[in-house]
Amino acid sequence: MIVTKGLRKSFRSRRSAPVDAVRGLDLTVEPGEIFGLLGPNGAGKTTTMRMLATLVRPDDGEVTLAGADLRTEPHEVRRRIGYVAQGGGTTDGASAREELVLQARFYGIGKAEAGRRAEQALAAFELTEFADRPCAGYSGGQRRRVDLALGVIHRPRLLILDEPTVGLDPQSRAQVWAEVRRLREEGMTVLLTTHYLDEADALCDRIAIVDHGELVAEGAPEQLKREISGDVVTLELAAADAEAAEKVLTGLDCVHRIEPREGDELRLYVTDGASAIPQLLHALAEAGLRPEQTRLQRPSLDDVFLARTGRTIS
Amino acid sequence: MKLARDTWLIFQRQLLLMWRTPIWLIVGVVQPLFYLLLFAPLLRPVLAPGGSYAQAYRIYVPGLLTALVIMGGLFTGFSLLGELRAGIIERTRVTPVSRTALLLGRAMREVVALLVQAVIITLVALPFGLTVPFGLLLLAYLLLGLLALMASSVSFGLALMVRSDAALAPVLNTIAQPIALLSGVLLPLSLAPGWLRAVADWNPFYWAVEGIRALFAGHLGDASVWRSLVLVSALTVVAVLWSARLFTDRVR
Ligand SMILES: Nc1ncnc2c1ncn2[C@@H]1O[C@H](COP(=O)(O)OP(=O)(O)O)[C@@H](O)[C@H]1O
Ligand SMILES: [Mg+2]
Repeated sequence: MIVTKGLRKSFRSRRSAPVDAVRGLDLTVEPGEIFGLLGPNGAGKTTTMRMLATLVRPDDGEVTLAGADLRTEPHEVRRRIGYVAQGGGTTDGASAREELVLQARFYGIGKAEAGRRAEQALAAFELTEFADRPCAGYSGGQRRRVDLALGVIHRPRLLILDEPTVGLDPQSRAQVWAEVRRLREEGMTVLLTTHYLDEADALCDRIAIVDHGELVAEGAPEQLKREISGDVVTLELAAADAEAAEKVLTGLDCVHRIEPREGDELRLYVTDGASAIPQLLHALAEAGLRPEQTRLQRPSLDDVFLARTGRTIS
Repeated sequence: MKLARDTWLIFQRQLLLMWRTPIWLIVGVVQPLFYLLLFAPLLRPVLAPGGSYAQAYRIYVPGLLTALVIMGGLFTGFSLLGELRAGIIERTRVTPVSRTALLLGRAMREVVALLVQAVIITLVALPFGLTVPFGLLLLAYLLLGLLALMASSVSFGLALMVRSDAALAPVLNTIAQPIALLSGVLLPLSLAPGWLRAVADWNPFYWAVEGIRALFAGHLGDASVWRSLVLVSALTVVAVLWSARLFTDRVR
Protein backbone atom coordinates (compact mmCIF):
# COMPACT_ATOMS: atom_id res chain seq x y z
CA MET A 1 0.00 0.00 0.00
CA ILE A 2 2.97 2.26 0.71
CA VAL A 3 6.45 1.74 -0.65
CA THR A 4 9.14 4.33 -0.05
CA LYS A 5 12.68 3.98 -1.33
CA GLY A 6 15.39 6.35 -0.21
CA LEU A 7 12.94 9.02 0.95
CA ARG A 8 14.90 12.10 1.88
CA LYS A 9 14.23 15.64 3.02
CA SER A 10 16.39 18.33 4.49
CA PHE A 11 15.24 21.80 5.45
CA ARG A 12 17.53 24.62 4.47
CA SER A 13 17.34 28.05 5.96
CA ARG A 14 19.50 31.10 5.57
CA ARG A 15 20.15 31.48 9.27
CA SER A 16 21.14 27.99 10.36
CA ALA A 17 22.72 24.82 9.08
CA PRO A 18 20.44 22.53 7.05
CA VAL A 19 18.40 20.04 9.05
CA ASP A 20 18.39 16.53 7.61
CA ALA A 21 14.91 15.64 8.81
CA VAL A 22 14.56 12.39 6.85
CA ARG A 23 17.61 10.56 5.52
CA GLY A 24 16.87 7.81 3.09
CA LEU A 25 13.87 6.03 4.53
CA ASP A 26 12.81 2.67 3.06
CA LEU A 27 9.38 1.59 4.26
CA THR A 28 6.84 -0.95 3.08
CA VAL A 29 3.31 -0.95 4.43
CA GLU A 30 1.13 -3.89 3.40
CA PRO A 31 -2.56 -3.52 2.56
CA GLY A 32 -4.86 -3.91 5.55
CA GLU A 33 -2.32 -3.41 8.28
CA ILE A 34 -1.96 -0.82 11.00
CA PHE A 35 1.59 0.40 10.70
CA GLY A 36 3.15 2.53 13.43
CA LEU A 37 5.98 4.96 12.84
CA LEU A 38 7.65 5.50 16.20
CA GLY A 39 10.49 7.64 17.35
CA PRO A 40 11.46 10.49 19.66
CA ASN A 41 10.58 14.12 19.03
CA GLY A 42 12.36 15.48 15.99
CA ALA A 43 12.96 12.03 14.52
CA GLY A 44 11.34 13.07 11.26
CA LYS A 45 7.97 11.35 11.65
CA THR A 46 5.84 14.40 10.82
CA THR A 47 8.08 15.33 7.90
CA THR A 48 7.70 11.80 6.53
CA MET A 49 3.92 11.94 6.90
CA ARG A 50 3.74 15.35 5.27
CA MET A 51 5.77 14.15 2.32
CA LEU A 52 3.46 11.17 1.88
CA ALA A 53 0.45 13.50 2.11
CA THR A 54 1.80 15.66 -0.77
CA LEU A 55 2.34 18.64 1.55
CA VAL A 56 6.13 18.64 1.40
CA ARG A 57 8.13 17.80 -1.71
CA PRO A 58 10.76 15.14 -1.01
CA ASP A 59 14.32 15.99 -1.98
CA ASP A 60 14.85 12.47 -3.20
CA GLY A 61 13.32 9.01 -3.22
CA GLU A 62 10.64 6.94 -4.88
CA VAL A 63 7.23 6.72 -3.24
CA THR A 64 4.14 4.79 -4.28
CA LEU A 65 0.93 5.23 -2.29
CA ALA A 66 -2.13 3.11 -2.98
CA GLY A 67 -0.77 2.46 -6.45
CA ALA A 68 -0.10 6.09 -7.34
CA ASP A 69 3.31 7.65 -7.74
CA LEU A 70 3.85 10.53 -5.34
CA ARG A 71 5.99 12.58 -7.65
CA THR A 72 4.21 12.17 -10.96
CA GLU A 73 0.59 11.78 -9.75
CA PRO A 74 0.13 13.84 -6.59
CA HIS A 75 -3.51 14.47 -7.58
CA GLU A 76 -4.21 10.77 -7.71
CA VAL A 77 -2.46 10.31 -4.36
CA ARG A 78 -4.72 12.97 -2.82
CA ARG A 79 -7.83 11.15 -4.03
CA ARG A 80 -6.69 7.82 -2.68
CA ILE A 81 -5.38 8.71 0.77
CA GLY A 82 -6.75 10.43 3.85
CA TYR A 83 -4.48 12.47 6.10
CA VAL A 84 -5.08 13.84 9.58
CA ALA A 85 -2.40 16.27 10.72
CA GLN A 86 -0.87 16.38 14.16
CA GLY A 87 -2.89 19.45 15.15
CA GLY A 88 -6.06 18.65 13.23
CA GLY A 89 -7.77 21.37 11.23
CA THR A 90 -11.37 22.14 12.11
CA THR A 91 -12.91 25.56 11.61
CA ASP A 92 -14.00 27.13 14.89
CA GLY A 93 -17.02 28.85 13.39
CA ALA A 94 -18.40 25.85 11.49
CA SER A 95 -20.17 22.77 12.80
CA ALA A 96 -18.97 19.20 12.40
CA ARG A 97 -21.71 18.54 9.87
CA GLU A 98 -20.80 21.60 7.77
CA GLU A 99 -17.14 20.61 7.85
CA LEU A 100 -17.89 17.06 6.77
CA VAL A 101 -20.15 18.15 3.91
CA LEU A 102 -17.60 20.66 2.63
CA GLN A 103 -14.78 18.15 2.91
CA ALA A 104 -16.77 15.63 0.88
CA ARG A 105 -17.53 18.32 -1.72
CA PHE A 106 -13.79 19.01 -2.01
CA TYR A 107 -13.45 15.45 -3.28
CA GLY A 108 -15.92 16.17 -6.05
CA ILE A 109 -18.86 14.49 -4.31
CA GLY A 110 -22.30 15.95 -5.10
CA LYS A 111 -24.36 17.88 -2.61
CA ALA A 112 -26.93 15.19 -1.76
CA GLU A 113 -24.36 12.43 -1.47
CA ALA A 114 -22.12 14.67 0.65
CA GLY A 115 -25.01 15.20 3.05
CA ARG A 116 -25.61 11.46 3.29
CA ARG A 117 -21.94 10.75 3.89
CA ALA A 118 -21.74 13.42 6.57
CA GLU A 119 -24.74 11.88 8.30
CA GLN A 120 -23.18 8.43 8.22
CA ALA A 121 -19.83 9.75 9.46
CA LEU A 122 -21.52 11.62 12.31
CA ALA A 123 -23.19 8.40 13.43
CA ALA A 124 -20.10 6.23 12.97
CA PHE A 125 -17.85 8.56 14.97
CA GLU A 126 -20.52 9.29 17.61
CA LEU A 127 -20.70 12.97 16.76
CA THR A 128 -24.45 13.25 16.20
CA GLU A 129 -25.17 14.77 19.60
CA PHE A 130 -23.25 17.98 18.88
CA ALA A 131 -23.11 17.77 15.08
CA ASP A 132 -24.72 21.16 14.54
CA ARG A 133 -22.84 23.15 17.15
CA PRO A 134 -19.72 25.11 16.17
CA CYS A 135 -16.46 23.18 16.51
CA ALA A 136 -15.04 25.89 18.80
CA GLY A 137 -17.00 24.39 21.68
CA TYR A 138 -15.85 20.79 21.25
CA SER A 139 -13.62 18.99 23.72
CA GLY A 140 -10.21 17.73 22.58
CA GLY A 141 -11.52 14.22 22.11
CA GLN A 142 -14.58 15.34 20.18
CA ARG A 143 -12.45 17.51 17.90
CA ARG A 144 -10.14 14.59 17.26
CA ARG A 145 -13.05 12.39 16.22
CA VAL A 146 -14.19 15.12 13.82
CA ASP A 147 -10.65 15.22 12.40
CA LEU A 148 -10.74 11.46 11.87
CA ALA A 149 -14.18 11.61 10.27
CA LEU A 150 -12.94 14.37 7.93
CA GLY A 151 -9.92 12.27 6.99
CA VAL A 152 -12.02 9.33 5.80
CA ILE A 153 -15.11 11.07 4.37
CA HIS A 154 -14.02 10.13 0.83
CA ARG A 155 -13.43 6.50 1.88
CA PRO A 156 -9.72 6.32 1.13
CA ARG A 157 -7.91 3.01 1.03
CA LEU A 158 -5.08 4.43 3.07
CA LEU A 159 -5.32 6.66 6.13
CA ILE A 160 -2.34 8.56 7.51
CA LEU A 161 -2.60 9.76 11.10
CA ASP A 162 0.04 11.95 12.71
CA GLU A 163 -0.04 11.66 16.50
CA PRO A 164 -3.79 11.03 16.62
CA THR A 165 -3.91 10.79 20.40
CA VAL A 166 -1.42 13.41 21.51
CA GLY A 167 -2.81 15.67 24.22
CA LEU A 168 -5.91 13.55 24.84
CA ASP A 169 -7.08 12.11 28.13
CA PRO A 170 -6.79 8.30 28.47
CA GLN A 171 -10.47 7.74 27.75
CA SER A 172 -10.44 9.75 24.54
CA ARG A 173 -7.24 8.01 23.56
CA ALA A 174 -8.85 4.63 23.94
CA GLN A 175 -11.78 5.88 21.88
CA VAL A 176 -9.52 7.04 19.05
CA TRP A 177 -7.73 3.69 18.99
CA ALA A 178 -11.10 1.94 18.88
CA GLU A 179 -12.00 4.03 15.82
CA VAL A 180 -8.70 3.16 14.17
CA ARG A 181 -9.36 -0.54 14.72
CA ARG A 182 -12.85 -0.17 13.31
CA LEU A 183 -11.51 1.54 10.19
CA ARG A 184 -9.01 -1.25 9.69
CA GLU A 185 -11.79 -3.80 10.03
CA GLU A 186 -13.58 -1.93 7.24
CA GLY A 187 -10.56 -2.65 5.08
CA MET A 188 -8.51 0.51 5.45
CA THR A 189 -4.75 0.52 5.74
CA VAL A 190 -3.56 2.83 8.51
CA LEU A 191 -0.18 4.47 8.91
CA LEU A 192 0.20 6.35 12.19
CA THR A 193 2.73 7.91 14.49
CA THR A 194 2.54 7.98 18.23
CA HIS A 195 4.55 8.65 21.32
CA TYR A 196 2.77 6.06 23.39
CA LEU A 197 4.79 2.93 22.77
CA ASP A 198 2.60 0.67 24.84
CA GLU A 199 -0.41 1.72 22.79
CA ALA A 200 1.48 1.20 19.54
CA ASP A 201 2.46 -2.22 20.80
CA ALA A 202 -1.16 -3.17 21.41
CA LEU A 203 -2.54 -1.63 18.21
CA CYS A 204 -0.02 -1.98 15.42
CA ASP A 205 0.54 -5.02 13.26
CA ARG A 206 3.96 -3.74 12.37
CA ILE A 207 6.06 -0.80 13.43
CA ALA A 208 9.11 1.08 12.26
CA ILE A 209 11.31 2.94 14.69
CA VAL A 210 13.03 6.02 13.30
CA ASP A 211 15.69 8.13 14.92
CA HIS A 212 17.42 11.16 13.39
CA GLY A 213 15.56 10.54 10.16
CA GLU A 214 16.80 6.98 9.79
CA LEU A 215 15.17 3.61 10.20
CA VAL A 216 16.56 1.79 13.22
CA ALA A 217 14.13 -1.14 13.40
CA GLU A 218 11.18 -2.50 11.49
CA GLY A 219 8.88 -5.45 12.10
CA ALA A 220 6.01 -6.80 14.14
CA PRO A 221 6.19 -5.60 17.76
CA GLU A 222 6.37 -9.20 18.98
CA GLN A 223 9.21 -10.01 16.65
CA LEU A 224 11.19 -6.90 17.58
CA LYS A 225 10.77 -7.63 21.25
CA ARG A 226 11.78 -11.22 20.72
CA GLU A 227 14.95 -10.07 18.98
CA ILE A 228 15.96 -8.47 22.25
CA SER A 229 16.83 -11.89 23.46
CA GLY A 230 15.39 -12.90 26.76
CA ASP A 231 13.66 -10.94 29.48
CA VAL A 232 14.05 -7.78 31.50
CA VAL A 233 14.69 -7.95 35.21
CA THR A 234 14.31 -4.78 37.20
CA LEU A 235 16.05 -4.60 40.55
CA GLU A 236 15.17 -1.89 43.00
CA LEU A 237 18.05 -1.42 45.39
CA ALA A 238 18.61 0.35 48.68
CA ALA A 239 19.90 3.87 48.35
CA ALA A 240 23.47 4.05 47.01
CA ASP A 241 23.76 0.31 46.44
CA ALA A 242 23.10 0.52 42.72
CA GLU A 243 26.66 1.16 41.70
CA ALA A 244 28.06 -1.70 43.75
CA ALA A 245 25.36 -4.01 42.42
CA GLU A 246 26.08 -3.03 38.83
CA LYS A 247 29.72 -3.98 39.32
CA VAL A 248 28.81 -7.36 40.78
CA LEU A 249 26.29 -8.22 38.08
CA THR A 250 28.29 -7.09 35.06
CA GLY A 251 30.42 -10.22 35.21
CA LEU A 252 27.54 -12.71 35.06
CA ASP A 253 27.05 -14.80 31.91
CA CYS A 254 23.29 -14.55 31.87
CA VAL A 255 23.33 -10.73 31.84
CA HIS A 256 23.59 -9.10 28.39
CA ARG A 257 23.26 -5.52 29.33
CA ILE A 258 22.66 -3.33 32.35
CA GLU A 259 20.85 0.00 32.22
CA PRO A 260 20.93 2.05 35.41
CA ARG A 261 17.65 3.90 35.89
CA GLU A 262 16.93 6.75 38.23
CA GLY A 263 16.09 6.00 41.86
CA ASP A 264 18.65 3.21 42.36
CA GLU A 265 16.99 0.95 39.84
CA LEU A 266 18.83 -1.42 37.55
CA ARG A 267 17.33 -2.81 34.37
CA LEU A 268 19.00 -6.05 33.34
CA TYR A 269 18.56 -7.75 30.00
CA VAL A 270 18.94 -11.47 30.65
CA THR A 271 18.66 -14.66 28.58
CA ASP A 272 15.92 -16.30 30.60
CA GLY A 273 14.32 -14.56 33.54
CA ALA A 274 13.27 -17.61 35.50
CA SER A 275 16.75 -19.07 35.67
CA ALA A 276 18.54 -15.74 35.88
CA ILE A 277 16.83 -14.35 38.98
CA PRO A 278 18.24 -16.94 41.43
CA GLN A 279 21.71 -16.38 39.99
CA LEU A 280 21.37 -12.62 40.29
CA LEU A 281 20.14 -12.77 43.85
CA HIS A 282 22.89 -15.20 44.77
CA ALA A 283 25.59 -12.98 43.34
CA LEU A 284 24.19 -9.97 45.10
CA ALA A 285 23.89 -11.80 48.42
CA GLU A 286 27.54 -12.83 48.24
CA ALA A 287 28.46 -9.18 47.92
CA GLY A 288 26.21 -8.37 50.87
CA LEU A 289 23.53 -6.69 48.75
CA ARG A 290 19.83 -7.35 48.75
CA PRO A 291 17.36 -5.80 46.31
CA GLU A 292 14.23 -4.35 47.85
CA GLN A 293 12.20 -5.43 44.86
CA THR A 294 12.72 -7.71 41.92
CA ARG A 295 10.49 -7.58 38.86
CA LEU A 296 10.51 -9.81 35.82
CA GLN A 297 9.11 -8.40 32.57
CA ARG A 298 8.96 -9.25 28.93
CA PRO A 299 10.81 -6.57 26.98
CA SER A 300 8.69 -3.64 25.81
CA LEU A 301 9.07 -1.46 22.74
CA ASP A 302 10.90 0.96 25.02
CA ASP A 303 13.50 -1.74 25.45
CA VAL A 304 13.66 -2.27 21.70
CA PHE A 305 14.29 1.41 21.23
CA LEU A 306 16.89 1.46 23.98
CA ALA A 307 18.65 -1.57 22.53
CA ARG A 308 18.73 -0.09 19.02
CA THR A 309 19.67 3.48 19.84
CA GLY A 310 21.16 3.40 23.31
CA ARG A 311 18.61 5.99 24.45
CA THR A 312 15.13 5.95 25.90
CA ILE A 313 12.43 7.36 23.67
CA SER A 314 10.96 9.99 25.97
CA MET B 1 -15.20 24.20 -14.43
CA LYS B 2 -13.58 22.61 -11.41
CA LEU B 3 -11.99 25.93 -10.56
CA ALA B 4 -15.36 27.67 -10.64
CA ARG B 5 -17.02 24.95 -8.57
CA ASP B 6 -14.26 24.86 -5.96
CA THR B 7 -14.11 28.65 -5.77
CA TRP B 8 -17.84 28.68 -5.18
CA LEU B 9 -17.52 26.08 -2.39
CA ILE B 10 -14.82 28.06 -0.60
CA PHE B 11 -16.61 31.34 -1.19
CA GLN B 12 -19.86 30.01 0.30
CA ARG B 13 -18.09 28.71 3.38
CA GLN B 14 -16.19 31.98 3.85
CA LEU B 15 -19.35 33.99 3.46
CA LEU B 16 -21.15 31.81 6.01
CA LEU B 17 -18.35 32.26 8.53
CA MET B 18 -18.36 36.00 7.95
CA TRP B 19 -22.12 36.14 8.34
CA ARG B 20 -21.78 34.47 11.72
CA THR B 21 -19.37 37.11 13.02
CA PRO B 22 -20.98 40.34 11.83
CA ILE B 23 -18.54 42.47 13.80
CA TRP B 24 -16.61 43.12 10.56
CA LEU B 25 -19.65 44.86 9.12
CA ILE B 26 -20.06 47.11 12.12
CA VAL B 27 -16.39 48.08 12.21
CA GLY B 28 -16.13 48.27 8.45
CA VAL B 29 -19.07 50.60 8.11
CA VAL B 30 -18.88 52.71 11.26
CA GLN B 31 -15.33 53.82 10.64
CA PRO B 32 -15.91 55.17 7.11
CA LEU B 33 -19.17 56.72 8.32
CA PHE B 34 -17.21 58.76 10.80
CA TYR B 35 -15.02 59.98 7.99
CA LEU B 36 -18.06 60.70 5.91
CA LEU B 37 -20.00 62.58 8.54
CA LEU B 38 -17.21 64.31 10.42
CA PHE B 39 -14.51 64.96 7.85
CA ALA B 40 -16.54 65.96 4.87
CA PRO B 41 -17.99 69.12 6.44
CA LEU B 42 -14.48 70.14 7.44
CA LEU B 43 -13.17 69.55 3.98
CA ARG B 44 -15.99 71.09 2.02
CA PRO B 45 -14.39 74.52 1.78
CA VAL B 46 -11.23 72.89 0.40
CA LEU B 47 -12.77 70.29 -1.87
CA ALA B 48 -15.45 72.45 -3.35
CA PRO B 49 -14.72 76.07 -2.49
CA GLY B 50 -17.98 77.94 -2.37
CA GLY B 51 -19.72 74.80 -3.59
CA SER B 52 -22.35 72.53 -2.13
CA TYR B 53 -22.08 69.38 -0.03
CA ALA B 54 -23.07 67.42 -3.10
CA GLN B 55 -20.02 68.68 -4.96
CA ALA B 56 -17.74 67.96 -2.00
CA TYR B 57 -19.10 64.44 -1.62
CA ARG B 58 -18.62 63.75 -5.30
CA ILE B 59 -14.89 64.21 -4.73
CA TYR B 60 -14.69 62.88 -1.21
CA VAL B 61 -16.79 59.69 -1.45
CA PRO B 62 -14.83 58.09 -4.33
CA GLY B 63 -11.61 58.63 -2.38
CA LEU B 64 -13.12 57.23 0.77
CA LEU B 65 -14.42 54.12 -1.03
CA THR B 66 -11.09 53.53 -2.74
CA ALA B 67 -9.25 53.85 0.56
CA LEU B 68 -11.75 51.46 2.10
CA VAL B 69 -11.31 48.69 -0.47
CA ILE B 70 -7.54 49.01 -0.70
CA MET B 71 -6.97 49.11 3.06
CA GLY B 72 -9.63 46.51 3.80
CA GLY B 73 -8.27 44.24 1.09
CA LEU B 74 -4.66 44.68 2.13
CA PHE B 75 -5.31 43.75 5.75
CA THR B 76 -7.30 40.61 5.00
CA GLY B 77 -4.11 38.54 5.00
CA PHE B 78 -4.37 38.25 8.77
CA SER B 79 -7.44 36.05 8.42
CA LEU B 80 -5.41 33.66 6.27
CA LEU B 81 -2.69 33.49 8.92
CA GLY B 82 -5.35 32.45 11.42
CA GLU B 83 -6.54 29.70 9.11
CA LEU B 84 -2.97 28.53 8.50
CA ARG B 85 -2.38 28.30 12.24
CA ALA B 86 -5.57 26.33 12.76
CA GLY B 87 -4.47 23.78 10.15
CA ILE B 88 -7.49 24.50 7.97
CA ILE B 89 -5.43 25.32 4.89
CA GLU B 90 -3.33 22.22 5.34
CA ARG B 91 -6.43 20.08 5.69
CA THR B 92 -7.90 21.41 2.46
CA ARG B 93 -4.56 21.07 0.70
CA VAL B 94 -4.49 17.29 1.03
CA THR B 95 -7.81 17.15 -0.83
CA PRO B 96 -7.92 17.49 -4.63
CA VAL B 97 -9.47 20.97 -4.31
CA SER B 98 -8.09 23.54 -6.75
CA ARG B 99 -5.27 25.59 -5.19
CA THR B 100 -6.31 28.70 -7.07
CA ALA B 101 -9.82 28.28 -5.67
CA LEU B 102 -8.38 28.46 -2.16
CA LEU B 103 -7.26 31.98 -3.03
CA LEU B 104 -10.16 33.10 -5.21
CA GLY B 105 -12.90 31.90 -2.84
CA ARG B 106 -11.36 33.89 -0.02
CA ALA B 107 -10.61 36.95 -2.12
CA MET B 108 -14.18 36.98 -3.43
CA ARG B 109 -15.51 36.97 0.12
CA GLU B 110 -13.41 40.05 0.77
CA VAL B 111 -14.68 41.69 -2.42
CA VAL B 112 -18.28 41.09 -1.38
CA ALA B 113 -17.69 42.34 2.16
CA LEU B 114 -16.01 45.52 0.92
CA LEU B 115 -18.64 46.19 -1.72
CA VAL B 116 -21.40 45.82 0.89
CA GLN B 117 -19.62 48.46 2.95
CA ALA B 118 -19.19 50.65 -0.12
CA VAL B 119 -22.89 50.45 -0.92
CA ILE B 120 -23.86 51.35 2.63
CA ILE B 121 -21.56 54.38 2.58
CA THR B 122 -22.95 55.50 -0.77
CA LEU B 123 -26.49 55.18 0.54
CA VAL B 124 -25.65 57.25 3.60
CA ALA B 125 -24.16 59.99 1.41
CA LEU B 126 -27.32 60.23 -0.71
CA PRO B 127 -29.31 62.37 1.77
CA PHE B 128 -26.47 64.89 1.65
CA GLY B 129 -27.15 65.44 -2.00
CA LEU B 130 -24.74 63.00 -3.59
CA THR B 131 -26.14 62.09 -6.99
CA VAL B 132 -24.65 59.54 -9.35
CA PRO B 133 -26.22 58.06 -12.48
CA PHE B 134 -27.03 54.44 -11.64
CA GLY B 135 -25.15 52.87 -14.55
CA LEU B 136 -22.01 54.83 -13.80
CA LEU B 137 -22.27 53.90 -10.15
CA LEU B 138 -22.27 50.21 -11.14
CA LEU B 139 -19.16 50.82 -13.23
CA ALA B 140 -17.55 52.51 -10.22
CA TYR B 141 -18.40 49.46 -8.07
CA LEU B 142 -16.81 47.24 -10.71
CA LEU B 143 -13.60 49.25 -10.38
CA LEU B 144 -13.81 49.07 -6.61
CA GLY B 145 -14.44 45.32 -6.78
CA LEU B 146 -11.35 44.84 -8.93
CA LEU B 147 -9.30 46.94 -6.52
CA ALA B 148 -10.55 44.84 -3.61
CA LEU B 149 -9.69 41.63 -5.47
CA MET B 150 -6.22 42.93 -6.26
CA ALA B 151 -5.52 44.20 -2.74
CA SER B 152 -6.72 41.02 -1.03
CA SER B 153 -4.77 38.80 -3.46
CA VAL B 154 -1.63 40.77 -2.72
CA SER B 155 -2.35 40.53 0.99
CA PHE B 156 -2.85 36.74 0.89
CA GLY B 157 0.34 36.40 -1.11
CA LEU B 158 2.30 38.48 1.40
CA ALA B 159 0.77 36.51 4.28
CA LEU B 160 2.01 33.29 2.68
CA MET B 161 5.47 34.77 2.27
CA VAL B 162 5.99 36.19 5.75
CA ARG B 163 3.76 33.81 7.68
CA SER B 164 3.58 35.68 10.95
CA ASP B 165 1.35 38.41 12.33
CA ALA B 166 4.36 40.25 13.69
CA ALA B 167 5.98 40.45 10.26
CA LEU B 168 2.85 41.02 8.19
CA ALA B 169 1.73 44.16 10.02
CA PRO B 170 4.77 46.33 9.25
CA VAL B 171 4.97 45.03 5.67
CA LEU B 172 1.37 45.98 5.01
CA ASN B 173 1.69 49.36 6.67
CA THR B 174 4.72 50.13 4.57
CA ILE B 175 2.79 49.36 1.43
CA ALA B 176 -0.53 50.88 2.44
CA GLN B 177 0.62 54.28 3.64
CA PRO B 178 2.26 55.63 0.49
CA ILE B 179 -0.48 54.14 -1.68
CA ALA B 180 -3.14 55.95 0.28
CA LEU B 181 -1.24 59.23 0.43
CA LEU B 182 -0.15 59.25 -3.17
CA SER B 183 -3.46 58.29 -4.66
CA GLY B 184 -5.07 61.38 -3.27
CA VAL B 185 -7.79 59.15 -1.90
CA LEU B 186 -8.93 61.58 0.71
CA LEU B 187 -7.90 64.87 -0.87
CA PRO B 188 -7.54 65.41 -4.59
CA LEU B 189 -3.95 65.78 -5.67
CA SER B 190 -4.81 68.96 -7.47
CA LEU B 191 -4.18 70.48 -4.05
CA ALA B 192 -0.70 68.98 -3.97
CA PRO B 193 2.57 70.60 -5.06
CA GLY B 194 3.77 69.82 -8.54
CA TRP B 195 6.43 67.26 -7.62
CA LEU B 196 3.94 65.22 -5.64
CA ARG B 197 1.57 65.20 -8.57
CA ALA B 198 4.39 64.01 -10.81
CA VAL B 199 5.01 61.08 -8.49
CA ALA B 200 1.32 60.28 -8.32
CA ASP B 201 1.20 60.09 -12.11
CA TRP B 202 3.01 56.79 -11.72
CA ASN B 203 0.63 55.46 -9.09
CA PRO B 204 -2.07 53.22 -10.54
CA PHE B 205 -4.28 53.87 -7.56
CA TYR B 206 -4.24 57.54 -8.36
CA TRP B 207 -5.69 56.65 -11.75
CA ALA B 208 -8.28 54.45 -10.11
CA VAL B 209 -9.42 57.24 -7.82
CA GLU B 210 -9.54 59.71 -10.69
CA GLY B 211 -11.58 57.24 -12.74
CA ILE B 212 -14.09 56.72 -9.96
CA ARG B 213 -14.31 60.48 -9.40
CA ALA B 214 -15.07 60.97 -13.08
CA LEU B 215 -17.79 58.33 -12.86
CA PHE B 216 -19.32 59.93 -9.77
CA ALA B 217 -19.26 63.24 -11.59
CA GLY B 218 -21.12 61.66 -14.50
CA HIS B 219 -18.26 61.94 -17.01
CA LEU B 220 -18.34 58.52 -18.61
CA GLY B 221 -16.34 59.77 -21.56
CA ASP B 222 -13.46 61.03 -19.42
CA ALA B 223 -10.14 59.43 -20.40
CA SER B 224 -9.45 58.56 -16.78
CA VAL B 225 -12.41 56.12 -16.83
CA TRP B 226 -11.19 53.73 -19.50
CA ARG B 227 -7.62 54.25 -18.47
CA SER B 228 -8.34 53.24 -14.89
CA LEU B 229 -10.43 50.25 -16.00
CA VAL B 230 -7.65 48.93 -18.22
CA LEU B 231 -4.94 49.59 -15.67
CA VAL B 232 -6.78 48.16 -12.68
CA SER B 233 -7.93 45.08 -14.64
CA ALA B 234 -4.39 44.36 -15.76
CA LEU B 235 -2.95 44.83 -12.29
CA THR B 236 -5.65 42.64 -10.77
CA VAL B 237 -4.84 39.83 -13.18
CA VAL B 238 -1.15 40.09 -12.28
CA ALA B 239 -1.89 40.16 -8.54
CA VAL B 240 -4.20 37.14 -8.72
CA LEU B 241 -1.75 35.13 -10.82
CA TRP B 242 1.12 35.96 -8.47
CA SER B 243 -0.85 35.02 -5.38
CA ALA B 244 -2.31 31.88 -6.98
CA ARG B 245 1.20 30.73 -7.72
CA LEU B 246 2.16 31.18 -4.10
CA PHE B 247 -0.91 29.20 -3.08
CA THR B 248 0.23 26.35 -5.34
CA ASP B 249 3.87 26.41 -4.30
CA ARG B 250 4.03 27.67 -0.79
CA VAL B 251 1.00 26.57 1.09
CA ARG B 252 2.56 23.98 3.30
N1 LIG C 1 9.39 23.37 7.99
C1 LIG C 1 10.53 23.08 8.61
N2 LIG C 1 11.59 23.90 8.51
C2 LIG C 1 12.76 23.61 9.12
N3 LIG C 1 12.96 22.51 9.88
C3 LIG C 1 11.95 21.65 10.04
C4 LIG C 1 10.67 21.89 9.42
N4 LIG C 1 9.84 20.86 9.75
C5 LIG C 1 10.57 20.05 10.54
N5 LIG C 1 11.83 20.50 10.72
C6 LIG C 1 12.91 19.85 11.47
O1 LIG C 1 13.01 18.52 11.01
C7 LIG C 1 13.25 17.63 12.09
C8 LIG C 1 12.15 16.57 12.11
O2 LIG C 1 10.94 17.15 12.53
P1 LIG C 1 9.58 16.35 12.56
O3 LIG C 1 9.41 15.64 11.27
O4 LIG C 1 8.51 17.30 12.94
O5 LIG C 1 9.81 15.31 13.72
P2 LIG C 1 8.79 14.46 14.59
O6 LIG C 1 7.43 14.57 13.98
O7 LIG C 1 9.34 13.08 14.53
O8 LIG C 1 8.83 15.02 15.96
C9 LIG C 1 13.28 18.48 13.35
O9 LIG C 1 14.63 18.74 13.65
C10 LIG C 1 12.58 19.74 12.94
O10 LIG C 1 13.06 20.83 13.67
MG1 LIG D 1 5.60 15.16 14.85
